[in-house]
Amino acid sequence: MAEEQDARTPTVIADDVHITYRVHSGRTARAVHAVKGVTFVAHQGEAIGLIGSNGSGKSTLLKAVAGLLPPARGRIYTRGQPSLLGVNAALMNDLTGERNVVLGGLAMGMTRRQIRERYQRIVDFSGIDDKGDFSTLPMRTYSSGMAARLRFSIAAAKSHDVLMIDEALATGDAAFQRRSKARIAELRATAGTVFLVSHHHRTVTETCDRALWLEAGVLRMDGPAADVVAAYEADAKAKK
Amino acid sequence: MTLTATPPASDPGARPHPGLAALAARHGLAASGARPSLPEYTRRLWGRRHFVTAFATARLTAQYSRARLGRLWQIMTPLLNATVYYFVFGVLLRTKEGVADFVPFLVTGVFVWTFTSSTVLAGTRALTGNLGLVRALHFPRAALPVAYAVQQLQQLLFSMAALTVILCCCGQLPRPSWLLALPALGLQATFNTGLALVMARLASRTPDIAQLMPFVLRTWMYVSGVMWSVGHTVRGDEVPHLAAVALEWNPAALYIDLTRFALIDSFTADQLPPHVWAGAACWALLAGVGGFVYFWQAEETYGRG
Repeated sequence: MAEEQDARTPTVIADDVHITYRVHSGRTARAVHAVKGVTFVAHQGEAIGLIGSNGSGKSTLLKAVAGLLPPARGRIYTRGQPSLLGVNAALMNDLTGERNVVLGGLAMGMTRRQIRERYQRIVDFSGIDDKGDFSTLPMRTYSSGMAARLRFSIAAAKSHDVLMIDEALATGDAAFQRRSKARIAELRATAGTVFLVSHHHRTVTETCDRALWLEAGVLRMDGPAADVVAAYEADAKAKK
Repeated sequence: MTLTATPPASDPGARPHPGLAALAARHGLAASGARPSLPEYTRRLWGRRHFVTAFATARLTAQYSRARLGRLWQIMTPLLNATVYYFVFGVLLRTKEGVADFVPFLVTGVFVWTFTSSTVLAGTRALTGNLGLVRALHFPRAALPVAYAVQQLQQLLFSMAALTVILCCCGQLPRPSWLLALPALGLQATFNTGLALVMARLASRTPDIAQLMPFVLRTWMYVSGVMWSVGHTVRGDEVPHLAAVALEWNPAALYIDLTRFALIDSFTADQLPPHVWAGAACWALLAGVGGFVYFWQAEETYGRG
């Protein structure tokens, strides 16, 4: 497999990756084997969709590629530092939107200067100041849509070598969804490789050229997005 | 419990591919999630210094943001603490007998002790309380316990402002020797940060430690001379030699007594053990460097369990 693709530059190589993690419930701890021996090579310029039913290991695999969950066995090699598009966990509800932009930017590894330069664009993009001066109010006073918009705007402010997008990012009203779709396309254009986890198969066939189908932690199929989605849907129908 | 890679019962996936490692090497791809070398790790942590301070300040600000009195609590909390200790130990139990300037003595002890105990306690929550952050973003994990320690250092500055007021009210006016409190508290801050790093690693493996710590800390407080004088006690003849040495070289007691020595007239050098500064520096170095290396050694496992 590796031999045929020599002409293209690999950005992510997963070599027989196994991921286990512990689940605690009271005094018993169980090891969950979430990803079982996945191997693939991703290349520069590819947009790869990850599909599979709930709990098939898609998000776990992405976290491992991002270096956030170490594989129990096997290796993952990456070009640069892959990033997950997501910054929610760094933000604090009791702080103003203004300070959260700075905190979120620093958490993603931006410098203070980069944040200063992009600050206005982030706030404008989120639209939180459209109806009053909300950026100076604590985030807990925001409506859920407004908070989601600000989170997305902060997360999307940085460009990446390898970018991983978990679905359900594009929240908010129709206008904001259009803007965030456009921003994701922009990020795709500047990133070397994009991974997209989604349950919306149309999104996968529209935005990705290749798809990986995971089922119970095992890679069932790897190929052109349209083919993989078709096979997945046929399989889901057969199960019903 | 340690996490072991349990081999799957059946493994339908692909087998390790010797060609892939070579392909990665040919294109200069690095193993993801591998632990960087210690110098590289230190460099990355330094690169995130603005995040560390912003995170600490954000937590400190958010802490009292829902209270009516807001950040006034930052000064009120240590003052109320000191009042309670004064009432219990000064008025009810009368440990003040034989201690000159008891109020400054007690309040300094409480504030300096609180700095260590709250940093250690914060350390146990630095990783377990931020799993979402650890699992979402990439940064040297040491940034979290260090940020928690910085937050406690910022809180200490508020306590020290309150302490200055109390000292002046008790007739202890600022004098040059007060400057000695800076190196003493600086060494203590290094010691605390190291301990926070150790606690963060321990608690990330065994979260139950967070439940145990209040008891450990309370015991530690009672032997650290927060509300009684270690110097007076070990100079008495009833204390066995070994216990006296342990009491005197207890790091918390050293930092408390050094700060008292700096701030209070009547607390003189003869109440301190010999080579006290060397001892305080050794503890800071041991905990600071040791804690950092100990934390780094498990870097790739954080956020996994």
